[in-house]
Amino acid sequence: MKHSTPTALRRYSGAVSASLCAAVLALGLGGAAQAQGTLRIAMTAGDVPLPNGQTDQGAEGMRFMGYQVFEALIAYDLSSPDKPVTLIPGLATEWTVNPDDPTKWTFKLREGVKFHDGSDFDAEAVVWNFAKILRPEAAQFDEKQAAQGKGRVPTVVDFRAVDPLTVEITTSMPDALLPFNVAWIVMSSPAAFATAGSWDAFLAAPSGTGPFKVQSYTPRERAILVRNDAYWNPARMPKLDAVELIPVPDASARVAALRAGQVDWAEAPPPDAMDSLTGAGFEIVSNVYPHVWPWHFSMLEGSPWADIRVRKAANLAIDRAGMKQLLGGMMVEAEGMVPPTSDWFGTPEFKVTYDPAAAAALMAEAGYSKENPVTVKAIISTSGSGQMQPLLMNELIQQNLAEIGIKVEFDVRDWNALLANWRAGAADPTTDGATSTNSSYFSQDPFTALIRHVDSRLIAPKGTNWGQYMSPEVDAIIDRIRSSFDPAAQLTAIQELHEHYVDNALFLFVAHDVAPRALAPSVKGFVPPQNWFIDLTTVSIE
Amino acid sequence: MIAYLLKRLAAAVPVALAVSLICFLLVQLAPGDPLSVVLPSDATQEQIDATKARYGLDRPLVVQYALWLGNVLQGDLGTSIATGRPVGAEIANALGYSLSLAALAAGMAVVLGVGLGMVAGYSAGGWLDKLASAIAISGVSVPHYWLGIVLVVVFSAELNWLPAMGAANGDPGLTDRLRHMILPAIALAAMPMGIITRSVRALVAETLGREFVSALVARGLGQGAVFVHVAKNVAPTALAVLGVQIGYLMAGSILVETVFAWPGTGSLLNQAILQRDLPLLQGTILVLAMIFVGLNLIVDIVQPLFDPRISRT
Repeated sequence: MKHSTPTALRRYSGAVSASLCAAVLALGLGGAAQAQGTLRIAMTAGDVPLPNGQTDQGAEGMRFMGYQVFEALIAYDLSSPDKPVTLIPGLATEWTVNPDDPTKWTFKLREGVKFHDGSDFDAEAVVWNFAKILRPEAAQFDEKQAAQGKGRVPTVVDFRAVDPLTVEITTSMPDALLPFNVAWIVMSSPAAFATAGSWDAFLAAPSGTGPFKVQSYTPRERAILVRNDAYWNPARMPKLDAVELIPVPDASARVAALRAGQVDWAEAPPPDAMDSLTGAGFEIVSNVYPHVWPWHFSMLEGSPWADIRVRKAANLAIDRAGMKQLLGGMMVEAEGMVPPTSDWFGTPEFKVTYDPAAAAALMAEAGYSKENPVTVKAIISTSGSGQMQPLLMNELIQQNLAEIGIKVEFDVRDWNALLANWRAGAADPTTDGATSTNSSYFSQDPFTALIRHVDSRLIAPKGTNWGQYMSPEVDAIIDRIRSSFDPAAQLTAIQELHEHYVDNALFLFVAHDVAPRALAPSVKGFVPPQNWFIDLTTVSIE
Repeated sequence: MIAYLLKRLAAAVPVALAVSLICFLLVQLAPGDPLSVVLPSDATQEQIDATKARYGLDRPLVVQYALWLGNVLQGDLGTSIATGRPVGAEIANALGYSLSLAALAAGMAVVLGVGLGMVAGYSAGGWLDKLASAIAISGVSVPHYWLGIVLVVVFSAELNWLPAMGAANGDPGLTDRLRHMILPAIALAAMPMGIITRSVRALVAETLGREFVSALVARGLGQGAVFVHVAKNVAPTALAVLGVQIGYLMAGSILVETVFAWPGTGSLLNQAILQRDLPLLQGTILVLAMIFVGLNLIVDIVQPLFDPRISRT
């Protein structure tokens, strides 16, 4: 039986498709023009960082919301791409430790600073903000902000206003690292909180002291920040009218949005998009920053890594230049825990480089060879914050190590599962026979960069010394760092600790990330500092 | 009819309960720590244990499930661990986005799918059938996130006709809102369009071959009258297919919404999974599952209107 298509249907389908095409064209040509001086940023975060002060979404949250809208007593000098970032006065103009009682610090506050709501920034506001994260009984205590900030100031036990422009902070023990810790704690407006009545309501009218203020905040969609015309520091008055922060967790969507002109700035473009982006006139900006991608060795009995010859051999066996090529140039070859350009690097004797012959010789000394290899089990992750391209990089390491007689078996885990084991420590049953873990580390301050991994008093699960490294010599250096209130003496002790790391090859030092971001040609004046955080006040849109 | 309705409603209750239990357990099975987002990555075990106790995550699973279910029954889906916002409000907001996108995609899928299916069924074996079937097979076979990326590359990055991502910001006009919806809606509609086309085509072709159609034609009924009879016979089965497909659309698509950074339930779910945000994850899965149960219920209710035999079985 044969049936013909009803003619009416045929006629209508033609009309429908023609009108659909017309509608698409009409809608497409009506693209809205962008206001001048608005920078639209596609972030990697899945949500807009909370504009509450001690924001969420990790370092990215602090980068785009935390330090743009709010400020700390102590700031980072982000003005140069060429030198390591140092601490500079922020909302405090100076800070001193009491020579008679080194647990007491005095912070002199900047005069004339106002919150975005017009209220005064003073000593009471500082005390109020410390209570916000450290005093559960305070009306303004905020569990979310406490979760982000409390761990950053572990030694702070008391804080009081001496006079309207002076604050005294007391620590549980002498802690010369306090300035690094205080740089994390940003100030929200007590007056705005009083008006709002709760932290949830505060999000509708956030208020800090920073160069940008929040004009609107729509969870999961975007936040619009505008220039704070009353900003206290004329040298850092933003050139931009506004900044839009848009969460775009998918890397290809960020690149597409940039290419479609929907954003001007895309964080972390995927390595395989770099060439096409630069070819299309976009600029890839990057710089080394305090981050390291290592293998963290277990020093427990039975771990092959307990032998310094094996550790040094592995460090000499990695072809870091080849890895850099694999990553499209988007890494810095590691020679220690901190980048070679860091003030903390010091002058270690052991040179971390690619020397397979020297590596093989060390392995022979330890009793191993390519034909008679030692087997190690390594915990790695498939992805994760700061993990770069973990599978690609680890496969290269596996090949390199096989050449000198180290046979690597991988124990691949979900990123969160890797972190859970990292907290539990190498002696925990979940380590399951592995002798290294591959968590990339944030190293913004001496504690997170160097102390926490090797202090014998911070062995996991109490602290995060995963590998149970124990050395009285290292503990003594750490005590000196914590008690050296003279910055020069402290720097010397930090360098000494880093030299110990390198000379004892405590980790497999592999790479430092370079934080690539893609910028539209219209974005001018951005200075990429050697840091997790950036200054948006110098940026303009042409 | 009433008895039939009650039977269907009663059957939906255990399904809903089973769904709630399964989604609770599945979420617990996932590796990782829900507190990793509220704590700094270098938090110690001690800090983690304290926070766990605060969120009640240190209690036995049975107790956690009972408490959660009790609250859900009272309409309280809990609070997101990551953001502190009420889960119910989060889902309601995201659902608005997903539903508007789903409505557009469903419209496209149904109009195109039924249209192409009819055309193909009527011209079974002809070139129109081959063309329609080719479109249908492409729709079913092409991964929709890949189609999304291709659409973005062509219409956003190269031609600059339509936005590459996001919902329109602020308080956009209808035009701006639609512009943001077109590409994700096409990507979403492709697969259900294909499935609907193929189902309708098969149904129409099969119905046309049945004796009653020959009888109608033999009695001299016009094409239009025969078409009405065919459509009535095709409708119940086609409706069941439509219900399931629209259900898929309503549930949002993690992949399409992520590719287009569309703030619907799909990206909400993606975010909840990545952050191990248990209350948000459980709440979202439950609501989406309930939408499926509800849609199937509606289909069950509507079907007998077309085919009274169903309610008698």
